Amino acid sequence: MRGREDEWTGLMRSAMAGDDAAYHRLLREITPVLRAAARRGLARAGQPPDQAEDIVQEILLAVHLKRHTWDSEAPFAPWLFAIGRNKLIDALRRRGRRVFVNIDDFAETLPGETPQETASAGEVTAQLNTLPQRQRDVLQSIAVDSASIKDTATKFSMSEGAVRVALHRGLAALTAKLRDH
Amino acid sequence: METDQLIRSLAADNTHRAPRVGAMLTMALLVMAPLSILIFATFLGVRPDVTSAMHNPFFDMKFAVTLSLAIPAIIISLHLSRPEALMRGWGWLLLLPVGLLAVAIGSEAMMAPAMPVTMRLVGKNSRWCMLAIPAMSLPLLAGALFGLRHGAPSRPALAGALAGLLSAGLAATLYASHCTDDSPLFVATWYTIATAVVTAIGAAVGSRVLRY
Repeated sequence: MRGREDEWTGLMRSAMAGDDAAYHRLLREITPVLRAAARRGLARAGQPPDQAEDIVQEILLAVHLKRHTWDSEAPFAPWLFAIGRNKLIDALRRRGRRVFVNIDDFAETLPGETPQETASAGEVTAQLNTLPQRQRDVLQSIAVDSASIKDTATKFSMSEGAVRVALHRGLAALTAKLRDH
Repeated sequence: METDQLIRSLAADNTHRAPRVGAMLTMALLVMAPLSILIFATFLGVRPDVTSAMHNPFFDMKFAVTLSLAIPAIIISLHLSRPEALMRGWGWLLLLPVGLLAVAIGSEAMMAPAMPVTMRLVGKNSRWCMLAIPAMSLPLLAGALFGLRHGAPSRPALAGALAGLLSAGLAATLYASHCTDDSPLFVATWYTIATAVVTAIGAAVGSRVLRY
């Protein structure tokens, strides 16, 4: 537990210092933990677990867009779980449930939980289709076709800077739509 | 979209660097401050006897009170913009202006009264005070909420209330240089009512706009 969380803090520090590979690894490592917590939260509120992946994706987007609020001197896990808990509560409220989820509670590890490789969720996909064409194209290219920024720039005859801007704006718009829908 | 695909796009966006919340809050307040100052200069202005008033400790005390509200409110609002932050251990900072006022009221009570207590309490400007402080607060409140939107507060209404407190504290600092009522009784009554109004507005708006 402690070892895992210390490792996350180290990865996040590297990520903030510009190490994209460390960031990618960190996001992949926290995802199964978030997924298990989201499923458990839904189960406790008497909700079917099939919405868990939507919540996981919302948490990941919030982590990404709010990572500047993480204090690099502080451990990463409490920050992460606070965002996770907030997003879980939001999701349950949208379904008309008022619940209290404890931070410590949010990610208590259940041993033997089998982490799924990856899963699909509907809400991000649905909101993706409402984005402006350019942002959608760039996001699709990088996320779905796993093209690099450079390849995406070539494909749409854009500069790499313009691809980066469209990618960031697309992710921010997606998050805003998920929050307000 | 699959979660692995989403993660890939997030990792690709890692180069994007956002400014810290403190920088955003500072910038937003600096952008909005001229509006508040414009309201002040147009409708209020510094009181004419300001140079002699500065020798009156109760005049100076008003600034100590309003700044001891504004500065801790700024500090706490930045603290609360982190998702894991708790109010615990920070709320006592907001007792600073209350304590200062209590001391001021106590020392005024021990002095030979210059005016009857009702006159000190009601003053000449109570209606202006209740109007001017909220009016000058609103641009600052809008700026504070804009800046704090950049954060990730777990309790948006509370963070909004702090935005209200900080903007009321700053607006009251301006107002204090205009108002000729220096009695701490006046400050404790009317400034507090004006601040409460702005804080309530901040909490109500914050609960909507500070969700992330």
